[in-house]
Amino acid sequence: MTKVYDMGEVSVHALRGVDLELFGGEMMVLLGPSGSGKSTLLNILGGLDRASGGTVLYRDLDITAAGDKELTQYRRSHVGFVFQFYNLIPSLTALENVAAVTEIADKPMRPEEALELVGLGDRMHHFPSQLSGGQQQRVTIARAIAKKPSVLLCDEPTGALDSETGIVVLEAIDRVNRELGAATAVITHNADIAGMADRVVHMSNGHVSAVDINKTRRNPRDLHW
Amino acid sequence: MRALDIKLFRDLWRMRGQVIAIALVLAAGIATYVMAASTLDSLQRTQTMLYAEYRFPELFSGLKRAPASVLARVAAIPGVVEVESRVIAQASMYLDGFDQPVSGQIVSLPKLASQFNQLRVRAGRLPEAGRDNEAAVSDGFAGAHKLQPGFAMEATINGRKRKLTVTGIVSTPEFIYQLAPGSIVPDFKSYCVLWMNRDALEGAYNMTGAFNEVVASLDRDARVEDAVQQLDAILKPYGGLGAYGRKDQVSHRYLSEEFKQLTMMSTMFPAIFLSVAAFLLNVVIGRLLATQRGQIAILKAFGYTTASLAIHFVKLTMVIVVIGVALGIAGGRWLGGGLSALYMDVYKFPYLHYEVRAEIVLASIAFGVIAGTSGTLFAVFRAAAESPAVAMQPAPPASYRVSLFERFGPGRWLSQPTRMIFRNIERRPVKSLLSIAGVAMSTSILILGGFWGDAVDYMVFAQLRRAQIEDISVTFFGPVSRRALYSLTSLPGVSYAEPVRSVPARLRYEHRTYRAAIQGIESSGVLRRLLDTNLDPVELPAEGIVLTDHLATMLGVRSGDVMTVELLDGSREIREIPVTGLVSEFIGVTAYMRRDSLNRFLREGDSATGAYLAADPASVDHLYTLLKKIPAVAGTGTRARTLASFYETLAAQMLTFAFFNTLLASTIAIGVVYNTVRVALSERSRELASLRVLGYTRGEVTYILLGELAVLIFAAIPIGLVFGRALAGIMASTAQTELFRVPIIVEPSTYAFAALAIVVATLLSALSVGRKIHHLDLVEVLKARE
Repeated sequence: MTKVYDMGEVSVHALRGVDLELFGGEMMVLLGPSGSGKSTLLNILGGLDRASGGTVLYRDLDITAAGDKELTQYRRSHVGFVFQFYNLIPSLTALENVAAVTEIADKPMRPEEALELVGLGDRMHHFPSQLSGGQQQRVTIARAIAKKPSVLLCDEPTGALDSETGIVVLEAIDRVNRELGAATAVITHNADIAGMADRVVHMSNGHVSAVDINKTRRNPRDLHW
Repeated sequence: MRALDIKLFRDLWRMRGQVIAIALVLAAGIATYVMAASTLDSLQRTQTMLYAEYRFPELFSGLKRAPASVLARVAAIPGVVEVESRVIAQASMYLDGFDQPVSGQIVSLPKLASQFNQLRVRAGRLPEAGRDNEAAVSDGFAGAHKLQPGFAMEATINGRKRKLTVTGIVSTPEFIYQLAPGSIVPDFKSYCVLWMNRDALEGAYNMTGAFNEVVASLDRDARVEDAVQQLDAILKPYGGLGAYGRKDQVSHRYLSEEFKQLTMMSTMFPAIFLSVAAFLLNVVIGRLLATQRGQIAILKAFGYTTASLAIHFVKLTMVIVVIGVALGIAGGRWLGGGLSALYMDVYKFPYLHYEVRAEIVLASIAFGVIAGTSGTLFAVFRAAAESPAVAMQPAPPASYRVSLFERFGPGRWLSQPTRMIFRNIERRPVKSLLSIAGVAMSTSILILGGFWGDAVDYMVFAQLRRAQIEDISVTFFGPVSRRALYSLTSLPGVSYAEPVRSVPARLRYEHRTYRAAIQGIESSGVLRRLLDTNLDPVELPAEGIVLTDHLATMLGVRSGDVMTVELLDGSREIREIPVTGLVSEFIGVTAYMRRDSLNRFLREGDSATGAYLAADPASVDHLYTLLKKIPAVAGTGTRARTLASFYETLAAQMLTFAFFNTLLASTIAIGVVYNTVRVALSERSRELASLRVLGYTRGEVTYILLGELAVLIFAAIPIGLVFGRALAGIMASTAQTELFRVPIIVEPSTYAFAALAIVVATLLSALSVGRKIHHLDLVEVLKARE
């Protein structure tokens, strides 16, 4: 699959031919420097962006051929996102931010349940501005998993956090992956996080440069950087 | 409540200042519409109801005198359904306790039940059959003097005095507008209409077995012009004064003119206000969408559809629209009630049902929704349709360039912050221009508010201090010899008398006709003068007729054309006369001739029908008493009373509009300026906070933000002043009626007020924003994503 951004005077080749499979219940870490194409890949997997060439299949659905309506439906029913910069809606409380997603999902868990799963049961009625960075990131995880997605995509979930808080967040992702069985892809440029994955995909310059398979997944608590 | 709706209300609450400002502007537009449209609608419906209920005729003609038998011939005119004859007498009256003379007319009550012009008895009763000393009086007069039935009046009819007991107070559609002959504004204190039994009036007025007015109703298919022609033919031998249809009936005509003005008010003002509201919504919602770009993306990432997000923002707009429309309808209803009451002061409707009908409410809602959506819909859908991956990227850095001002102007020596100001203005020329347009628009509306006051003052100055400067005017019952004037000059306190000859006429050019008075005035008059546009006196041509320019326009006649004049003084002679000049007058429509020329035209000697007197101010009151004792005097007026009644009635109306107008314009000014500042702040708070981090002081940062605002405001004000003057011109030309031509006069003080109001609104807005600049969160800037 390829992705070319047409920037007017120049064309940027973000993905130059990526061939990849992601399995149900798997924890995959995408590792690579800035500009290696990780985020572009994740956006395409999540139906936020379209590939320029090649095919992306979710089960039987051809995402590359899907229209705006089908993509919206795909995201609504199957995909959970966690972003580096939280992207919470500042005018809604933690609970309401999660509810904004559960309201449009098919068989979601209760928003409270999702927040408890990430350890925020006691912060539900706080506004984003009243939460620390780690807490905000955990709200985004709760928001992503509340619909019980089959695909969970996390873009630098710890990028804006210190290591201690980052580990709490990774624990939440790990737990969700195990308990919900969602195919999980975590983008990071932090190699130390790779230990918690089933499979580590290294990317550089728009290619998959290497794939490592971990025999055992390490508990995020044992990671440090 | 759904999370998205909670977000909606929290967003609205956060922007409450702007929400209120926009809602108020919207409300101003809707209120003006509801006020004018509901008043117009109520007046028109009341008029229709009254005409049917009180049987308002469709054909009218006065005449000198005809025997009762002539009526049957009138009834036989094809298309005429019913006819009725009446006796109308001009009279001068005297009311105990009111030391000024009262002029008026007395209308006969039919012996049997009346077919036409039925009366609504508001208090007391009609004169009893057979009583010849009883009368009913018009409610305008009774109201002005706060009279109850049972009071006595003395009337001089046909030179003989008669004591009358007033048994009732009545009103009728025929006299909704009560204008004494020769006056320009209603004066309810010194003009009245009386109704007496037919027999009594016939006896008093020498009309036994005869009549001097006929009214008729017409078939649905009958042409008024044909009936007028035939009626004129029948009445010609009896001194017919020219038949006319409803459109020339005084009350009907003035009401129609008033309706024209209300129609303009119900379209033009709301259109201006609503477009400003749409503009504001566009700016504010556009800004909101820009700040929420990331949020929109995230919601889409989680599966919200484009439509559901668009609806979310449309809902947000609609909340503002609903607040504005609700306030507008309530406010408009309140103002409309007040305006109707004001109309009732001038127009004596027997009753007025003021209501805001469902159609008007629905139209208001539609206007509000249109203003709301037209300002935002496009931006909302564009934002909602944006691809989430793109929207989640930070907006690309805006491309700046060195501003033109810097390259060509003195900008090269500007400081860095000043450069930022100009680059920012030039970077988004459309937005800057829109802000300038918004502020300019509110400046111009502010001018419009002051313009009415200036125009009224100028009208009064021109008409009552330059053109017509007599202290007392006297009208005789009919033409008198010039020598009669000597007896006026000999009255104590009178220093000078100037004769005037007035004759009613039907003026005709090609197929257009107009009923007006021809006034013969002195060629080198001192008390009554014709003025040019600079208000300097102009000499009347020795021959020919001079028309008010509005009259010339109505007739389609130009100076040099030859016009037909049909005299309506009973002689019914038809003559040709050249138009030898036009004059601009702001009040009324009149034709002028030199008095000696008019005397020759009428084939009469040196005669007059009235006089203008200059008198010692101290003796004016005493003069009234003397004048009303002179049998030949039909009416007397003073300039002081004309001035007073002008300000009490028509000017009061205009100035009330002006007040509302200024109120609404100020709302708009504050709304536009406040929103401009708030949007600028929210767009640039990150940038400004970053500058603070880099070491700029609060003062410098404030300067960058408010400096830009100041540049925009100072560019906008002169444009607004010019635009305001143009708007006043449009308004004045739309407001042209037979009653008034509003002069396009904008005093420097009005310009100054408008500019000052904008500056004050800017300072207040700047103050509120200045506080926010002090509290910019510097840490947040470093943390959050770009």
